[in-house]
Amino acid sequence: MTGVVVSSPHSARVNRVDGVMLQVILALIPGILAMTWLFGWGLLINMALAVTFAVAAEALVLRLRGRPALPVLSDLSAVVTAMLLAIAIPPILPWWLTLIGVLFAIVVVKQLYGGLGYNPFNPAMAAYVFLLISWPVAMTTWLPPHMLADQALSFMDSLRAIFLGVAPGGNWDAVTAATPLGEMRNQLGQNRMIEEIRQSPLWGDFGGRGWEWVGNWFLLGGLYLLWKRIITWHIPVAFIAGLLVIAGMFWALDPQTHPFPAFHLFSGGAILGAFFIATDPVTACTTKKGQLIFGAAIGALVFVIRTWGGYPDAVAFAVLLMNIAAPTIDYYTQPRVYGHPGAGK
Amino acid sequence: MQATQPRFKSRQLWQFHGGIHVPDQKAVSNAGKVQPTPCPKILILPLQQHIGAPANPVVKVGDRVLKGQVIAEPRGYVCAPVHASSSGTVIAIEDRPVPHPSGLSAPCVVIETDGQEAWVDLPEPLTDYESLDPAVLRERIRACGVVGMGGASFPTSVKLNPGKDHQIHTLVVNGAECEPYITCDDLLMRERSGDVLQGIRILLHLLGARQCLIGIEDNKPEAIESMRLARAESDIRDRVEIVVIPTLYPSGGEKQLIKVLTGREVPSHGIPAQIGVVCQNVGTTAAVADAVLRGRPLIERYVTVTGRGVAKPCNLNVRVGTPAADLIAQCGGLRRNLRKLVCGGPMMGFEIDNQAIPITKAANCLLALTPAESPDPGPALPCIRCGRCADACPASLLPQQLYWYARAKDLDRVQDYNLFDCIECGCCAHVCPSHIPLVQYYRYAKTESWAREQEKKKADHAKARHAAKLERQERQERERQAKLRSRKEAAKEKPATQGQAAHVVDDPKKAAIEAARQRAAAKKAALAEEGVIPKNTEDLAAAQQQQVAAAQARRRAAGLREPEAKAGPEARDTDQTHQPPQTKATGPKAETASEEQA
Repeated sequence: MTGVVVSSPHSARVNRVDGVMLQVILALIPGILAMTWLFGWGLLINMALAVTFAVAAEALVLRLRGRPALPVLSDLSAVVTAMLLAIAIPPILPWWLTLIGVLFAIVVVKQLYGGLGYNPFNPAMAAYVFLLISWPVAMTTWLPPHMLADQALSFMDSLRAIFLGVAPGGNWDAVTAATPLGEMRNQLGQNRMIEEIRQSPLWGDFGGRGWEWVGNWFLLGGLYLLWKRIITWHIPVAFIAGLLVIAGMFWALDPQTHPFPAFHLFSGGAILGAFFIATDPVTACTTKKGQLIFGAAIGALVFVIRTWGGYPDAVAFAVLLMNIAAPTIDYYTQPRVYGHPGAGK
Repeated sequence: MQATQPRFKSRQLWQFHGGIHVPDQKAVSNAGKVQPTPCPKILILPLQQHIGAPANPVVKVGDRVLKGQVIAEPRGYVCAPVHASSSGTVIAIEDRPVPHPSGLSAPCVVIETDGQEAWVDLPEPLTDYESLDPAVLRERIRACGVVGMGGASFPTSVKLNPGKDHQIHTLVVNGAECEPYITCDDLLMRERSGDVLQGIRILLHLLGARQCLIGIEDNKPEAIESMRLARAESDIRDRVEIVVIPTLYPSGGEKQLIKVLTGREVPSHGIPAQIGVVCQNVGTTAAVADAVLRGRPLIERYVTVTGRGVAKPCNLNVRVGTPAADLIAQCGGLRRNLRKLVCGGPMMGFEIDNQAIPITKAANCLLALTPAESPDPGPALPCIRCGRCADACPASLLPQQLYWYARAKDLDRVQDYNLFDCIECGCCAHVCPSHIPLVQYYRYAKTESWAREQEKKKADHAKARHAAKLERQERQERERQAKLRSRKEAAKEKPATQGQAAHVVDDPKKAAIEAARQRAAAKKAALAEEGVIPKNTEDLAAAQQQQVAAAQARRRAAGLREPEAKAGPEARDTDQTHQPPQTKATGPKAETASEEQA
């Protein structure tokens, strides 16, 4: 018998934080593979860098804070943050920007606020926005999916691009391309009609060619998380519904200047955001009603910022804005407690 | 009783929020029959085996007691007597370790048994209880020491007296037994279903309830079958329904079971009687039948000894007061890989580290857990606000918010988040991925809140007393000043005409005082003329009145003038009563006197 008397329950605990994080990592794999297939090795190199930097940064901060590092590192939350950031950044982003982004995410956004559970903002998204605002060109220089690329980047090309900043063939313009969201924004900015824009070979069935299928693989991972009960349906469904409803409304009003709703859903980070980012428990709402509001508001904000804001994609901004609102939403959406007046008899 | 067909064949069931599915582990202990236990050498009977005040011991060390004899009487309404569960000699009345989460000791009567099991004369069975007043039945149930046997141990007689404001329509009998491992209610329903039904019959009469719903989780098919048979044989079958409910922890919680069976919720901070429901555990109903129909006090109960840390898990019929060690020995002892011994179930029970503690009326289970069954949850990680606790909470609370504020010792906010609606079922802690001992935080916050409430009451009382004291001192000071002033003025005005004093004063305050003074003086003078002096003899004790009467008798004997007897008993000392009547009372001295008497 142990000497310490522990309060009930005495049952074996059924969940673990590292277990939750591990499931998230597993669920990311299909999307990561799809992106690697489309955009080359850069993503995997970035991810390896980001994870290494994140673990090192967290260990360093914990050392400075005088906390044991192992229990915190083994919760895998830093790994998840690094992976999400690596997925969000361009595959040939210079390594030092990845480092800065990871440091910002782990040190400033996460640990300076007290570590896991205390950070008000999603670390990966805060870092993404920080990089985007500070280095907008580098952060919007994407590669085209391999079916549109003149030359696919080899592993060594990717390494050289990331570490030395050397473009394959010496010309960046030859190998990079805007994202479909950026392209759409650019074309609409030149007052062209959707019909005209979509004539270009860049476009697939409802999004950018190649790009439009990335979402499906993240969706697969998201469904896995739902099945494993790591997340509940509330935030993703509300997110997607919020985005589709408002996008559908404007599309119905003027289909020539507003793209088809599915374009919004399968472009940029919408699916990733709905299942993996907005559902970050630490920074999301915790009440069910609050989660519906939170998700729907992010979905709507994504459309608003994409359509009228200053940046092509908006998931990160929308998530951060709603992170601020989450505690207030939670406060006003508390469930009715058993035996308190309200619904029911 | 016209309907003979089961009326509620497909009763609608309701759901409570949350709840968890935990492996029920009933098979560990539910196989055999309930086994008798030999009489233990020593019985340790805590004086407080119920919610409320501890009972008052009525035996002395060295007394011989008989089985069923009252050894401690209730002190106060919410209390229950304690009976000797076997015959023997009282060898000590002292603090002994008792089953309590704190692990502390409490006063117990310790009996060395003689093995004779000699019974005391039990009260007459009340077989004709339908002709008896509910109060008589309640008194019997109280005298037999019956308390809630589901774990809360609230005195049953109190619970059966919901008061005239609450019309009880439904008796809910709790046979859910939702805690994993525990099977004593299961076995009780299998083996004593007839007694349970008889108890229900008594309770229906006592409460004036029209129906009884017996809730049993669907993982106890034998118990359900046995209860169905007993119901079919009973003459109250058309008022009793056996409701099979899905197995979902904590459906056996009183509030949750009432919700499942009736769809209604017990108001927060309220009792079931407010919605016309009284809930009793199956064991309690059987104990009621024992008390009323056999006059038998509550001195035995079924106890489950289970867990993989004990050699032969089983159910035992145990005399209240039997040390836990005896039960464990009867079950083949503890295994070497024991991790902890728990009193109660794995979800709500508490760890005990002393096998000398006795089985009480509320102790339903001794649980010996191995490391595999109860692994160390490890250090708590930070809350990641995943909300699983809120999904699992059967009270629809937000456990993560409660945890947050309990940790910050923000007692106001925890109460804003309805801390006191928490039933401490442990669902939140069970599902928490960060392995935070949430229930421990809530217990802490509750205790702190209660302590603060007490402190506040004390402080309020002290504040009120202090305010009263200040007011009194101020008033006395005012009076003193007034007296002083009036005396000075009187001294000043003496050379002048005394009767005009009031008109001379400029200050309206002084004028008012002067006027009051004169009124008092005039009144006194008038009374004095009538021979009645203002009395201070209103509230006298009988002894003082006798003294007064004696003094008056002496006075009469001495031929002195008798004081006025109009106003009842007099208490004035003869010296004072014989003050010469004052014809004029304008002098400062007289005024002072009148003020003092006022």
